[in-house]
Amino acid sequence: MKKSFAALAAAAMLATTVPAMADLTVPNLSYRTGSYAANGIPYADGFADYFTLLNERDGGIGGEKVAVPECETAYNTEKGVECYESTKGQAALAYNPLSTGITYQLIPKVTADHHVLYTPGYGRTSSANGAVFEWVFNYPANYWDGASVAVKYMLSQNGDDLKGKKVALVYHNSAYGKEPIRTLEELAKKHGFELVTIAVDPPGQEQKSQWLQIRREKPDYVLMWGWGVMNQVAIQEAVNIKFPMDHMIGVWWSGSENDVGPAGEGANGYKALSFHGVGSDYPIYADLKKYVFDAGKAAGAGDNLGNVLYSRGMYAAMIISEAIKTAQEKTGHAAVTPEEVRDGFENLNLTEARLTELGLPGFAQEIHATCADHGGPGTAMILQWDAAAKKWSAVSDWIEADKDVLDPLIAEDSAAFAKEGGIAERCK
Amino acid sequence: MFYREAGDFKTSYRADSQTFPIRLDRMGYVAALVVAYGIVPFVIDDYWANAVFVPFLIYAIAAIGLNILVGYAGQVSLGTGGFMAVGAYAVYKLMTAFPDVPILIHVLLAGGITAAVGVLFGLPSLRIKGFYLAVATLAAQFFLVWLFNKVPWFYNYSASGQITAPERTMFGIFITGAQTTAAAKYLFCLIILTLVALMARNLTRGTVGRKWMAIRDMDIAAEIIGVNPLSAKVTAFAVSSFFIGIAGALLFSVYLGAAEVGEAFGINKSFLILFMVIIGGLGSIFGSFAGAAFLVLLPVFLKNVLVGGFGWPTDVAAHLELMIVGALIVVFLIVEPHGLAQLWRIAKEKLRLWPFPH
Repeated sequence: MKKSFAALAAAAMLATTVPAMADLTVPNLSYRTGSYAANGIPYADGFADYFTLLNERDGGIGGEKVAVPECETAYNTEKGVECYESTKGQAALAYNPLSTGITYQLIPKVTADHHVLYTPGYGRTSSANGAVFEWVFNYPANYWDGASVAVKYMLSQNGDDLKGKKVALVYHNSAYGKEPIRTLEELAKKHGFELVTIAVDPPGQEQKSQWLQIRREKPDYVLMWGWGVMNQVAIQEAVNIKFPMDHMIGVWWSGSENDVGPAGEGANGYKALSFHGVGSDYPIYADLKKYVFDAGKAAGAGDNLGNVLYSRGMYAAMIISEAIKTAQEKTGHAAVTPEEVRDGFENLNLTEARLTELGLPGFAQEIHATCADHGGPGTAMILQWDAAAKKWSAVSDWIEADKDVLDPLIAEDSAAFAKEGGIAERCK
Repeated sequence: MFYREAGDFKTSYRADSQTFPIRLDRMGYVAALVVAYGIVPFVIDDYWANAVFVPFLIYAIAAIGLNILVGYAGQVSLGTGGFMAVGAYAVYKLMTAFPDVPILIHVLLAGGITAAVGVLFGLPSLRIKGFYLAVATLAAQFFLVWLFNKVPWFYNYSASGQITAPERTMFGIFITGAQTTAAAKYLFCLIILTLVALMARNLTRGTVGRKWMAIRDMDIAAEIIGVNPLSAKVTAFAVSSFFIGIAGALLFSVYLGAAEVGEAFGINKSFLILFMVIIGGLGSIFGSFAGAAFLVLLPVFLKNVLVGGFGWPTDVAAHLELMIVGALIVVFLIVEPHGLAQLWRIAKEKLRLWPFPH
């Protein structure tokens, strides 16, 4: 009995390592369970639905179908490793784990195994420097861009002067939440505001003491770097202490319908960054409805259409598919390898004309990647929540990050990584 | 019929008190070693190493460590995750401070540092017992995680607070970093596990182990027969933390490659390892292996059957997996509270009588 169990176990484990043949494989390392599921589900749905649309409407990319095997990570780094190892044998073209912790783990692995790691708006900020991080891309924007855009927005609200103001950063006490601190410290020095950092231990269901501290400190603005259940609790607590909602600005991961919903009317006026448009008014949704939703092929429960994180999952899928397409055009064949897709990412030229063609006019900023520039334009806009209409709407134009402050920081951090790993700089 | 003591004559005390007194057991042990060292390294690939073998080996080390404390010395601890974090951060600091020293030495030193920390947090065990001690070790867990999050020196002032294992070699072979082969990772952990298991087995059979067990069974009686509770409890904490520190160092440097203290070494890790020890069997080295195997392999196995085999949605599979593992834990504890090791013992008893039970 013992032996047969062992044999069965071996067979079952082997079963997953057999590669799916002749497809373009883009694994979806998602999380639909655990404390971050509320945010992981819409993202994973948007990601999967976009590829389903390409398969159903266009027969894949360049005539090659796209397989999107899903693997549950539960935002857990150990499960993330397992997912990576179980899918990398299938010639996976790009990974998008939606977790800064898993990203840190995968950076050395993808560099050794030659797979692309695409981390739009998360991950290791300094991977924007393509000269050091050959296999990692994080355009269109990273955490430091986000921090800088938020500060620039605050400047614009205060007649370009933040002197003597107090800004509190409420952050997820993890790699993700700590990322913006260094930049915010620099910016505080430059613009003369005072920065107070307040950590929330993940998952962050209990934040009474943090918000008590905010009540005592009386900051002029609260910035939030939260994820998962922490966002909902923080917004609710902010409502409870009657903090003015329009002075609370979340990074793009702290601004979805799930985050503001539980606070109801109180969350009205809450602001968050975004590096893409939201809502289901784009022409692509007609196709999505026709080919994916009405055909019953939608991922998950199919109830996230057009919300912020769904749009973001779709954004990531769109960039990956455009990179694959660029690679196909460059090499002249459809069945591209991970190496060729990396070149595709590096030569990606996403224009407004192309976005219109895709049915997403004005959805995102243009990207012109180069060998050294894996970080993209670094722009974002501010969205504001309208609780009555249950809608996010843009209250600013695209704001560009302060590259004078960020570029030296990125150069410094990536140089440290290069030195640690003995990496020679490329792109010279 | 085959599995019996009869006919296996012992002619020396040494032979009489060996670990495996029955010939078939000895053969099984040697066969396991031959397979583990002689066959697996040649056939192992990245998936098997990173999803199955390396985590199993590392958790087995941690489970042996905790089993010494909980199973042999009877001191309940919920600080395992924190002590693993000490091992991980110690090896990180050592690796980055002394890049030329072989990694094995760093791992052992990290174990030593953890042993010192473990002794420190074990001192309250002289005054408090049972649930109260569990709460005291719980404090260690939260304090250590907070410490590694709070003090930037521990993570070398990196922007994100993440620690990342640099590439380190031994005899020119990569042991940590992305270039490490599956076989190197596996063998490195296997060698350490073998040494740890041998050491634990022999410690628990000797004077030290008997003192631990005397304290566990009844501390006042033990004191009366001349067991010094201070030395017994402190050595139990030291040895246990040494092993757990090694496991933490390996988990970070060889297996994960990058870690974040709250996520990788949180309270969940403490419970996971405690469950391994309880399910495997308190006070049994074999039980530590069995418990680690059960809790590492079962989720991977279920996931592959449900998602890979049946093609179910990943979220349904993940929830079912939690339910099945949880239910199995409850069933095991009801049916056999002494764990998998006791089942194994009963199976062996039955085998001795087979085919003529009387």
